[in-house]
Amino acid sequence: MKSKKKYIGLIFLIPWMIGTLIFTIYPFISSLIYSFTNYDLISKPKFVGFANYIEMFTTDPDFVRSLKVTIEYTILTVPIQLIFALFLAFILNFKLKGINFFRTAYYVPSILGGNVAVAILWKFLFNKTGLVNQVIQTFGGKPVGWLSSSSNAMFVLVILGVWQFGSAMVIFLSALQQIPTDLYEAARVDGAKKWTIFFKITIPLITPTVFFNLVMQLNNKLQEFNSPYLITNGGPTKSTYLTSLLIYDNAFKNFRMGYACAMSWVLFIIIAVLALALFKSSNRWVYYSDGGQN
Amino acid sequence: MDADSINRKVRRQHAIESTWRYVLLIITAFIMIYPIIWLFGASFKTNAEIFGSINFWPQHFDWTSYVKGWKTGTQYSFTTYFINSFKIVIPKVIFTLISCTLTAYAFTRFDFPGKNILFSIVIATLFLPAVVTRIPLYIMWRNLHLLDSYVPLIAGSVFAQEPFFVFMLVQFMRGIPKEYDEAAVMDGANPLQILGRVLVPMMKPALLTVVLFQFIWSMNDFLTPLIYLSSVSKFPVAIALKLATDATSGFVPWNQTIAMSLIALVPSLILFFSASRNFVEGMSAGGLKG
Repeated sequence: MKSKKKYIGLIFLIPWMIGTLIFTIYPFISSLIYSFTNYDLISKPKFVGFANYIEMFTTDPDFVRSLKVTIEYTILTVPIQLIFALFLAFILNFKLKGINFFRTAYYVPSILGGNVAVAILWKFLFNKTGLVNQVIQTFGGKPVGWLSSSSNAMFVLVILGVWQFGSAMVIFLSALQQIPTDLYEAARVDGAKKWTIFFKITIPLITPTVFFNLVMQLNNKLQEFNSPYLITNGGPTKSTYLTSLLIYDNAFKNFRMGYACAMSWVLFIIIAVLALALFKSSNRWVYYSDGGQN
Repeated sequence: MDADSINRKVRRQHAIESTWRYVLLIITAFIMIYPIIWLFGASFKTNAEIFGSINFWPQHFDWTSYVKGWKTGTQYSFTTYFINSFKIVIPKVIFTLISCTLTAYAFTRFDFPGKNILFSIVIATLFLPAVVTRIPLYIMWRNLHLLDSYVPLIAGSVFAQEPFFVFMLVQFMRGIPKEYDEAAVMDGANPLQILGRVLVPMMKPALLTVVLFQFIWSMNDFLTPLIYLSSVSKFPVAIALKLATDATSGFVPWNQTIAMSLIALVPSLILFFSASRNFVEGMSAGGLKG
């Protein structure tokens, strides 16, 4: 009976195992191999050693800048996005009449945040004669060239990135709902102030969620493609030419598959190092109430 | 202080607190939703009026933006593009439900050698950046002559390559006491029957959350169809929208673009509103603690 059960468990896992081999492990390894080749899809891949890696850090004018811009975008977006998401989750966790109406209302923009339609609408809102400039003019200000100056264009992308707070907010809210109310009551009976409760009880108890959201969002934003592609097209003067966009152009416009793979490995290593550093630091600031077992 | 005065004080504080909480909720909701409301109004404006006024209400209702926008400047209308989107999204949702449930079932209800290692692979793939596997996958589908078909867009979901959902369902299933399974075993149920008759009905909120998220994410997906699809006749809505802003070089009919962008959001909104109650439950019961 026991051994039969073992066998059954693995049977249910077969689709996932096949999939992981084909769609994850195989491409993961082969992209590393391709990164040491020149491959244009027509002639056979040609081994070139570290040439791709050397090129991107020396003669390529775009790669290092794209990394800088990507990191800038990520550093500007993720903290604001997460604080905003936590703030919204916090006020949606109020025990009030009609709170479900507000929850639904708040989910709407967040759920749509990743839609292409939203990126296109964003482009329109920040158009030279778009809504944002119209509002500025109504209040007597001068219209701003949102998409024609580098720092403004980055700002427009960052604002959209922050507006995509949806999944982080939902995950924060579910964590907040799991905090036992008697903890709050005990603190209140002890005379703790609201802010004290927030920073001494709420925040420590949701640190696992903060950690999860932080890793996920860093991962997402370092790979951001849609908003620069759709809104700024990398410009002006390549100031929003994020690494994902550069990789896409090299792979699917210039057909330099090997070079694009090498770039994606550098991006991957940056993401992995960041994630590992967060994991390493997590035992200092992440609080697991059930002794680390999730 | 006696109990009564404490009670009164608490209640007064409570009233003040909830008032300012409502104010906060309403102001924030307004800031977040006003652009969408304004865009809705703008979709009925003429192109000239869109750039002329910040009022929400159009001077004259102009439906032509919807009619013309739906027809598009290409040879296909949005009818085709919506059907294409559904051809991708619906199989993807169904396959995800089945494959991820089976995977989660294996991880929560069975013991087998290497289980911990395999589960840590699930977690690792959850954090694995898609950028690193994208190009070899493209080359693989190209060698299989399946470019410009929906196969590359759907295949992963058949094989449970959605670690976020696997993880979520595992968390949810762990919360269902094993006594239910044992009772079913007594009644002579086999493992598949336990899953189908006992666990799946109890997992409804979590499964609905999977449907909702996968539907919305797949509708939103832009990069994958952009890479794999090349014939206009196969484009989903996401690509068609981008096309609409390119097609008319120089002059963009913004009223049409806005109208179609709003229409593109409708399927996700309908699904969301019909599932929202279950969805909130599913998320919290799934206990995504990280």
